[in-house]
Amino acid sequence: MSKVRVLVGTRKGAFVMEADGKRQKWDISGPHFPGWEMYHVKGSPADPNRLYASQSSGWFGQLVQRSDDGGKTWEPVDNKFTYDGTPGTHKWYDGTPHPWEFKRVWHFEPSLNDPDTVYAGVEDAALFKTSDGGKSWQELPGMRGHGTGSGWQPGAGGLGLHTIILDPSNPKRMYIAISAAGAFRSDDGGDTWKAINRGLRSEYIPDPDAEVGHCVHHMAIHRSRPDVLFMQKHWDVMRSDNAGDLWNNVNGNLPEDAGKRGFGFVIDVHAHEPETIFVVPIKSDSQHFPHHGKLRVYRSKSGGNDWEPLAKGLPQKDCYVNVLRDAMAVDSLESCGVYFGTTGGQVYASADAGNTWAAIAEHLPAVLSVEVQTLP
Amino acid sequence: MIRVVLPAHLRTLAQVRGEVELEVPGPVTQRSILNALEARYPMLQGTIRDHVTQQRRPFVRFFACEQDFSLESPDAPLPEAVAKGTEPFLVVGAIAGGL
Repeated sequence: MSKVRVLVGTRKGAFVMEADGKRQKWDISGPHFPGWEMYHVKGSPADPNRLYASQSSGWFGQLVQRSDDGGKTWEPVDNKFTYDGTPGTHKWYDGTPHPWEFKRVWHFEPSLNDPDTVYAGVEDAALFKTSDGGKSWQELPGMRGHGTGSGWQPGAGGLGLHTIILDPSNPKRMYIAISAAGAFRSDDGGDTWKAINRGLRSEYIPDPDAEVGHCVHHMAIHRSRPDVLFMQKHWDVMRSDNAGDLWNNVNGNLPEDAGKRGFGFVIDVHAHEPETIFVVPIKSDSQHFPHHGKLRVYRSKSGGNDWEPLAKGLPQKDCYVNVLRDAMAVDSLESCGVYFGTTGGQVYASADAGNTWAAIAEHLPAVLSVEVQTLP
Repeated sequence: MIRVVLPAHLRTLAQVRGEVELEVPGPVTQRSILNALEARYPMLQGTIRDHVTQQRRPFVRFFACEQDFSLESPDAPLPEAVAKGTEPFLVVGAIAGGL
């Protein structure tokens, strides 16, 4: 019987949770690296026992940990992320120029077919790559050197490159997203990049057709249709059917919020139904908790616009947690599992595509990221 | 032998218990101690001082002989008691760093 392994990064350590295909009984190990911020832990699709973890602290900066046995043991690998050339400046919160400074790794995206190749999205926003299993990291300078970089401004959480999507049908194509610069696409393996933000509307940008400056929170694709992108923006859930060349709003009947809809952080796609997507609506851009204290995942089976709330097994009163951008994932078992973590330290799992939910863990530190591996 | 006391997180990272004892060639300074420390324990590179600038990380402090040497030049000689190994060189996480 297949198994699943859930990799959870929290403010104070990482946790590895395993269950059989029923996904009812969970073995939890951790905290790994207790006391450290674990922004992201992700496994290689080419070798599920190869994991990479981003470990950081205000005291001691960034570390990168690698496991070759599915998280039982770890070894630190290279933690040197040096920008290529003279980094220059981006915009600071007050709009003035500010030097590019490495702060942390937000996201690791291992190659689809080589466990030694991994992309790292970092703050201040840049894309790095290792081809030797983490022994050394090199910047892909075309991303930060896109030409608009001096105009990028941090979102509330920092100027982070947080989303990296590798096109499974085209090894030269990849997508990334930055808060608050927007979405970008490369068609040459990461050498050059194109801003793909047409159709996005953001009230805090004076030019409605601005090429960059949009606070994209997360993006997702279904591997069978890599040209169809789904985006959770600061406000608005968006969809593109042409690899990001144009976006359309698919907020539809998501909860109304002071005249607007569609604020949230996570978005993901069902493993077997490319038109079935999941979001967690969050109230406004300052309150950052669920509407009416009720934690609900919203599912659309039509690729957006028509949404249904999923609440069975989730707290429906006095719930004021958030679900951060990298804290949702799906497994690929026959009945698709959906997982998400909260800033209140809960990790919820659904073994039936969101119809019902149960907590795997309820009292962890604030959850920063959730990834899932489907194991043979 | 120079004695170095690391904070708990870095002892875990370096897989050491208690104090670290180091042979430090030449004048005993912050820089020479950290050079020897990082040579013995490469996993500590970047955690105490910046990889490129070699500047002390903002939330790290250097104490010895009940004094704070954090703002001293990294090339200034440390007290004789540190050089002789009668007093340890302490790498300390600042009180504000554990958010």
